[in-house]
This record gives sequence, C-alpha cells and structure tokens, in this order.
Amino acid sequence: MPFLLNCTWILPTLIALSLMFVPKQKVGVIRGMSVAGVLGILALVVSLIIAFLAGDYASPVGSAETTLAFSYRTPWFEAIGNQFYTGVDGFSLLMMLMASIIALCGVLVSWTITDRCKEFFILLFILLAGTFGCFISFDLLTFFLFNEITLIPTYLLIAIFGSGKKEFAAMKLNLMLFGGSALIILGMAGTYSATGSFDMIAIANNQSETLGSIAMWAFPALFMGFGILGSVFPFHTWSPVGHASAPTAISMFLAGVHMKLGGYGCLRAAIYLMPEGAQEWMPLFMVLATISVVYGAFIAIRQRDLKYINAYASISHVGLVTFGFATLTAVGLKGGVLQMISHGFVTAVVFALIGCIYGRTHTRNIDEMGGLMKKIPFLSVCFVLAGFAVVGMPGTSSFVAELTIFIAGFSGSLDDTLRLVCGALCISSIVITAVYVLRTVNSVVHGPLVDNGHEFTDARFIEKVPLIILLTCIFAMGLFPGWIIELAEQSLTPVVTNLGR
Amino acid sequence: MIESSWMILLLPFISFIGGILFLHKQPKLAAGFSILCNGAAMVMALILAVGFLSSDDTGYHALAHTWSYDWFAITDTLTVSIGALLDPISIMMLVVITVISTLVHTYSIGYMENDASAGRFFPLLSFFVFSMLGLVIAPTLVQMFVFWELVGVSSYMLIGFWYHKPSAVAASKKAFIITRFADAFFLTGIILMATQFGSIGFDAINQGATAFSSMNTANPSFSLEGGAVQVFTALAAQEGSAGFLGLNLLSWATILIFIGGWGKSAMFPLHVWLPDAMEGPTPVSSIIHSATMVVAGIYLTARLFPVFAVAEYTLSVVEFTGAITALFAAIIACTQRDIKRILAFSTLSQLGYMMFSLGVADMEHTAGFTASMFHVFTHAFFKCLLFLSAGLIIHSVHSNDIALMGGLRKKLKGTYFVTLLAVCAIAGVPFLFSGFWSKEEIIMAAWSNGHQCSAIIGLLVGGLTAFYMGRYFFLIFHGEYRGDAHHLEHAHENKFMLFPMVLLAIPTIIAGYPMLTGHTFFNTVIPQATLPTHPDHSASWIMPVAIAMAIGGLLVAWLKYGRRAVSFDTPSTNIVYRCISNKFYIDECYIFVTKKIIFRCVAAPMKLCDDYIVDGIIHSSAAIMRGCAAVIRHWQNGQTHVYLGLMIIGLALLAWFGGAL
Repeated sequence: MPFLLNCTWILPTLIALSLMFVPKQKVGVIRGMSVAGVLGILALVVSLIIAFLAGDYASPVGSAETTLAFSYRTPWFEAIGNQFYTGVDGFSLLMMLMASIIALCGVLVSWTITDRCKEFFILLFILLAGTFGCFISFDLLTFFLFNEITLIPTYLLIAIFGSGKKEFAAMKLNLMLFGGSALIILGMAGTYSATGSFDMIAIANNQSETLGSIAMWAFPALFMGFGILGSVFPFHTWSPVGHASAPTAISMFLAGVHMKLGGYGCLRAAIYLMPEGAQEWMPLFMVLATISVVYGAFIAIRQRDLKYINAYASISHVGLVTFGFATLTAVGLKGGVLQMISHGFVTAVVFALIGCIYGRTHTRNIDEMGGLMKKIPFLSVCFVLAGFAVVGMPGTSSFVAELTIFIAGFSGSLDDTLRLVCGALCISSIVITAVYVLRTVNSVVHGPLVDNGHEFTDARFIEKVPLIILLTCIFAMGLFPGWIIELAEQSLTPVVTNLGR
Repeated sequence: MIESSWMILLLPFISFIGGILFLHKQPKLAAGFSILCNGAAMVMALILAVGFLSSDDTGYHALAHTWSYDWFAITDTLTVSIGALLDPISIMMLVVITVISTLVHTYSIGYMENDASAGRFFPLLSFFVFSMLGLVIAPTLVQMFVFWELVGVSSYMLIGFWYHKPSAVAASKKAFIITRFADAFFLTGIILMATQFGSIGFDAINQGATAFSSMNTANPSFSLEGGAVQVFTALAAQEGSAGFLGLNLLSWATILIFIGGWGKSAMFPLHVWLPDAMEGPTPVSSIIHSATMVVAGIYLTARLFPVFAVAEYTLSVVEFTGAITALFAAIIACTQRDIKRILAFSTLSQLGYMMFSLGVADMEHTAGFTASMFHVFTHAFFKCLLFLSAGLIIHSVHSNDIALMGGLRKKLKGTYFVTLLAVCAIAGVPFLFSGFWSKEEIIMAAWSNGHQCSAIIGLLVGGLTAFYMGRYFFLIFHGEYRGDAHHLEHAHENKFMLFPMVLLAIPTIIAGYPMLTGHTFFNTVIPQATLPTHPDHSASWIMPVAIAMAIGGLLVAWLKYGRRAVSFDTPSTNIVYRCISNKFYIDECYIFVTKKIIFRCVAAPMKLCDDYIVDGIIHSSAAIMRGCAAVIRHWQNGQTHVYLGLMIIGLALLAWFGGAL
C-alpha cells in the first residue's frame, strides 16, 4: 500500500516521461495516453480510499498513538535529519480524489488542443505529480519541494498556452507564489530550529516552550505563505490575472486544486503544527479572510470578463475556507475542508463552461453575449446549474460546506464580537454572490440572442463528459455528503485536539 | 396514509425529473404526466386530511413525524435531516397546494397550447410545487430553509420562463435577489437558533417556548424531553439579559428569522419583487400568489408562533409590518391599470392581513393565529381563481391593461360569472363567500385582543379592497369594450382553462363554512393550549361595520366605474404596460440604492482599490526591485577602472576596520 500511495506521484511522472518519447505528430496517441494516465490515477486514488475505509483506522490518523495510513519513511538529506515521509489521512484522500477527478476533466476539455499538444500534456502531468506529492507528504521539506515542483509547469503552461497577457500573468503568478514560498521557508526554518525536525507529526506533538515562542513569528509566516497560494487578501492579485490568462484546463486545475494547496498547507502545516501561534494570530487572519469574502464578491459584480468574474468569485469562496479555519473550532475546520472540496468542483465546472462558451462566442465579455439558451441549451443549462452551485443552493455541495462554515461563525459563546461581525459579513456575501451570479447568467444565457449567435452549435460529446462528471460530483456531494463529512471529521480530530491543548 | 406521506412530496418531483429529462420535447405528454402526478398527490393529501379530521385526536399531539432521512451532521448534536411534520397547519397547506397545483396544471394546458416551450413549463411548475410541499412539511428550520431556497430557484426559473424577454429576466433576478437578501437574515436567525438555543426542530423549539411561557402562570404543568429541554434552558438563561441594542438574543434570532418571511411574503418594503413577478406566465402568477411562495412567510411565522410569542417585540414587529403592508398595498391597488398588478397588490394587502393577524395573537389569545391560517386557506382559492380568470382575459384581449377592456361579460360569460364570485369573496360580501368569514375573524381577533389600531386598519383596508376589486371588475366586464375590436372577435373560453376555474368557484364559496362548524381543521400548533377562544361579544359591532365597508366600497366603485362609460386620458396604450404610475417611488429608491450606492459607491471603489492600490503596491514592489537593480547594475558594468576603484575603497575600508589605518 505505501508503494501504491507513492504511485500517485510516480505514475504521472512516468507518464510525463514516456510522453516525451511519443512523436509529436501522433496527437491521438498522446491524448489516449493522457486519458489512460488520469484514469489510472483516479483508479489508484479510489482504490486507496477503499483500502482506507476498509482498514482499521479507528484511532484518528496522525495522533501520537498511531501511524499514518500507508505511511512510508526513508532517510533523505540525512545531514539535516530529514526524511522522505509520506502517508495519508481522510483529508488528503478527499483532496486527492477531487484533484484526480478535476485532472480527468481537465484532460478531456483539452481535447481540442493541437498546437504543442505533447508539451501541454507533459507539463500537465508534472503539475499533477507535484500536486499529489503535496497531498501525501507528511514531512515539511518534502511538502515544500513538491509544492515548488507545481510552480514550474504552471509558469510554462500559462506563458505558452495561455491567452491575453499570458507572459505577464505567468510571471506575476509565479513571482507572487515564490514570495509565498519564501515565507514558507522562513516558517519552516523556525519550526526546524525549535524542534530539529521536519516531521509534521513530530512537530505537532512537540509541546516545548521553544516551539511555542517561535510559533509567534513562524506561524504567521507559514500561514501567510500558504495563504498567498490560497489567495488571501491582500495577496490575491495573482489569481485573477493568472486564471484569466491560463488555458481552460489549467484554469480549472489552478483554481480547483492548486489554490487548495494553500488552504491545505494552512491547515496541515500551520494550524496543526503550531496551535499556539494559531490562537494568537487568528483574529488577524479572520479579518483578512472576511475581507477576501466580501471584497472578492463586490469586485466580481464590477467585472465584465467571465474568467475575471469567476476568479474573484473564487477569491470570495476560498476566503470562506480561511474563515472556517480561522474560527479554530472543529465545525469551522470541517466546514473549511468541505468548502475546499466543494469549491474545487464548482470552480472547475465554471471554468470548463467558460472554455466551451468562449470556443463559440470568441469573447468572454458578458456584455457581448446573450440568449445562448436558445442556441446552445445544453451548455446554457449547465451554466445555470453551475451558477446555482456558486450561489450555494441546497442540493449542491456549496450549501453543505457554507452552512457548516456559517454555523462555526456563531457557535459557542457569543462574546467574541470580532467573530460575530466577521460571521455576519460572510453570511451577507451570499446576497452579493447572488447578484453577480444572476447578473452573469442573465446576460450570458438569457435575453435576446446575439447577432452572430445563429451559427453556434451545442456541446459535442467530448465536451459534455467533463461537464456531466463535475456537475454530478457537485450534486452528489450536496445530496449525500455523509461519508465525506465523516472522513474529514475523523482526520481533523488530531488538529482539534492540538488546538485544545 | 400518514406513513406514505412522503409520496405526496415525491410525486411532483417525479413529474419534474421525468418531464425535464424525457418529455421536454413532447408538451402534451409532459402536461398529462404532470397532471397525473399532481393529481395523485392531491388525492393522497385529501385522504390524509380526511383521515386527520376524522381522528379524535386533532390537537398538537396528533402531529406525526412519519419519516426522516439524516442528511448531514454539522456537530455532534446538530444533524440536518429531511422529514415530515404533519399537523393541522401542514396538512391544511398540503391540501391547498396540491389542489391548486392540479388545477393550475390543468389550466396550463390551455394557456400554453401555442407555446413552443410548454414541455419545459410543466416540469418546472411541478418542481415549484415540490419545493413548496417540502417547505410546509418541514420538521426543522434547516429543511424549511432548504426548500425555501428551492422555492426561490423555481420561482426564478418560472418568472423568467420567457427568458428572451429582458423584462422577464430582470423580474426573475429581482425576485431572487430580494428574497435572497431576506434569506441572509433568515439564515443568520436559523444559525443563532441552532447554536444558541440548541435546536432546529420546530417541536423542540415550540415546546420549549410554550413551557417557558407557562412558567409564570399559576400551574406550570409540562414535561419536556429531548431538544425541548435545551431550548427551555436557553430561554430561561436569556431572561432578563440586556442583550444587544436593547433586544435580547431571542428577539434577535426570531426577528432575523422573521425577516426571511418578510422577504418571501413580500411585506413592505421588500414587496417590490412581487408586482414585477407578473412577467412570468399567468399560471405561475396564480400559483405564486395563492399556494406557493408568498404564503411561505406567513407559514413560517405561524410555524414558529410560540417562540415568536415568547420573544419580546417580535410579534409587534409582525403586526406592524402586516398592518402597514395591508394598507399600503390596498392604496396602490386602487390606482393601477395593469390587470395582474392590481391582483398583485391585492395579494400584498391580503398577506398583510394574514401577517398582522398573527401579530395580534398571543399565547393565551390564539384567535388571531387561527384567523390567519383560515385566511390563508380561503384566500388561496379565490386568489387563484382571480389570476386564472385574469389569464383567460389576457389571452382573449391580448392586453394587460384594463383601459383596453370593458364589456367582456358578453363575450366571456363563464369567466364573468366565476370572477364575480371571486371578487365577492375577496371584497368580503357577507355570509355567502369565504373571504368574508376569514377577514371577519381577523378583525375580530385584533379588536378583542386589544389591538384596536390594527383592527381599524383592517376595516379600512376592507373598504379599499371592495373598492379596487369593484373597479377591477366593472372596468373589465361592464361598460363598452375599449380595446381593439379585432382581438375580441377571436376571444373564446378555452375549456381547459375554464374547467379549473369553475372547480375553484366551489371552495371560493364553501371554504368559509368549516369555520362555522368549529375550528377543527385550523387547530393551533401551540402545544398544550386549549382550543382557541372565540372573540368576545363586545366586538359584535365589527361585523355590521365590516359589511358596510364592503358594500360601500363596491357601491362607490359601481358609481365611479360601472354606471357610466369611463374614459382613460392616456391615448397611448403600450407604454402603460411598462409604466409604473407611482407606487410611492419605492422601486426607484431600490434602483438608486443598488445602482448608484452599492454598485457605484461600494463595488466600483473596491475594484479601483484592487486595481490601483492592492495591485499597485505589488507592482511597485516589483518596480522598486527593478530600480535597485538599476542602481547596482552600474557598479557591475565590466569596466576595469571602476572595479579597481571599488577594490581600493574596499581595501581601505577593510584596513580601517582592521585598525591598520
């Protein structure tokens, strides 16, 4: 099992390597291999989940008494006492499941790419390898390395395959994320100096006063470092321009999965390792999260470009993740995790739809669209459904996640005025969300048909598949969230226990 | 029957899913299928109601939690589940909704016969019904919220059904956003209830509140179990606490919840979406105004009545909101010319009645509560009938403007007759019609419980109602036809449309009679309460006055509009359709606040801030970097003499620090 677990990053690497030997004219082979590759990863993740659920992990994974599921450890950089340490808990498995589904859909929506198709898929699989590596690492240094691996293909994918100001966008995205990495290194150095270890579980169980005092500056460094990746205000500006310039599949993966590495890191590396620091600094991050939520939603009202609208909507919704974390309660953390998964699917389907619609209208400006329901009903209905998912309608995954987060804002004693105000502001964002979503939906799919609309054709089969997969995930998670919540809850127990110490 | 009550919820859903997936290209099949499903649901609801009425135990304890499905767990103690709570008011609503839905579906066959997208219409209408049914049987606040939102979604899709019309799209957006705005408060209230009072179940909340309210009475006799204990403890702990802004937590929570109902029931000033919702097909308007959507707010208030009654100020807010809306909407209705808008404002006014009637009740004097539910029941039928007849009229004369109608009694005989009945019912023509009885009850309840002001408003609005409905009726059916004669030639009464209207005429008359035989069906949700006390006889002067108001209103309308030909000054007819004459300029205020203040003064500066300040700092940090690099670069220019000079300076500095110089 530990080997299978590591296969989640080895397999994409191997596919990337073997794609290099395929002649670039053989587009069919490249596509076939890519689809087979992502399906293989998906099968791998599903079998891991089945094994995990079947296994006896009654005592919460990651607590001091037990080892991680499928853990594997081997010395690496022995000079600094570092180990290559991988394993999973419910949280990472859920993230991996989401990532592999979005990767599958991303490959399918990239079907139309013919120009430098080979390079595109090679880079995509390197990105996948890095992402999965992050989700299974339980060693800070390993985690960091995998995180850095994801940045390089991101840069190339945007700069080569993007649109608009693609070089600038790629550079801005990467420079800001590298800035985040610098903060992460700072935080890692802090924890290392206090504990002499990069082992996350060892650090988390370390209750020394040295770590407690170092956490006062190492925690904000780590949290903000990952927060930049999670586009927390005021370091969110890379994401609209980055998402807008990236090709469809990369927008889906960046906003759906890669941004979640930020939230993942905030929880796994910052809050879990340094609960004392978290208690100290969380008011600040709660304020920043609330600003992201409200501010992102308001700016989305003013945007005209579909991708920008969704990018700011993402900032707003990922802000809710941070808000959930910032409540530092079991409910809030759980809500944050659920929102990460939910938002991954929702934003991916929105970006996929934007890609499909752009392929027909050749514009992303909502003022130049209208009445698409008449000509392309399938895409339009999906667009409306996705819109409802963004709004957080019951039945979609967002409702489950957002309700949990909002409840965290008001649970327990109501003495904390800051939390109440922030919670109320976050709830108010559901109205602003409704405004920009309905405005967008109405001007794109409703109203009179645009002049050039008569030649539009509805989605082809290959376009329908990813949309149906993603919408099914959204509704399935909205209607039957039980096992997801259980997995998340179980894996969060050590974090909550740590917070209470 | 109680065990299989989930079928009532499931059938419209099957109609939706089946219709939207398989039948949207075959309008006829879709219509037949949805009528079948809704009809079956109606039969089941009626059987349920008959079974309930014939059982001996008709009080609160007859409520039945028949089935439940755990949806998801939020905390250890808080699980969101979907289930059914069957008690007098929910069964009453089940009957009303399913009956009206079946009739409206039937009517829609005629109404949509020439519409290409009819195959989409029937499934969506069924989805609307499904959402509302889920709402009324909700045993918990969260389930109610879930279906509440689904009602919002389905109304959005139905109001904007003709999505190619910009006005319909705008109206659907307006309805959704305004109700969503109210829902944000509702959600906050629910969360406060869940986290601070420990329960989202109506049972637990109401039992806890009832126990709490009876605590101060002479013989507190109650036994609590489950969540009710928590609610009771939380309420007791709240007592006497200063709270925030002079309101304690319970008042905050209940008022926040009430704001949800405020928006959905379109109470002033959140009413602006309802008149615009006319943009949808008329069957949708008729179902929105009678059985679904707008009564949701009333129903929510009724559902949580005990806890609203315990909270300080909350019922006063309810009463005040209702009374203002009743009066305000009735005044506007007298001036409107759009046939559907008149009816929309009359709905607002009647909703105001229902709302203030709840507000005038309290835990000891529950007559207002009963009267409100009674009015919900009677109003649903005659308002549905009025809308259906309006739809038929619009279909016949191709206009919404009553200035272009007149004299239609010759052409549309059946419509004339059933509309007459409905107008009599809503105007409160005495003794024969249902509306008279329920309105009477409300005013009586208000007066006898010491809310004289509301009672007088109620009487006044009764007169206004009779007047504007009289105006409506005489302008449409009497006098001479003022529109394009060409349209009238083809005017006919489609049998699919007329049939449901004739059927609705029956409850329009007889729905008032259950009240004469005692309040069995409208029993209260208040646990352990005695049967509602009948209004005392000191208020017996009210009935003659109310009758006089009704007759007087109709008489004035007859003198002004029925007796002689009416001329409308505005020669142009098309602009009138879009023209909103005054409506106190509330729509303009909304546009000012949203477009000018929120968009221009909040969102736009935020975008500028993001583009120039937040991003500007990021970009300028890059510029600073580049600037520094530009400075340093000059020292790295490959010229030997510069390096040599720097080396000498460096050596000198080293030497100086080393103490050699």
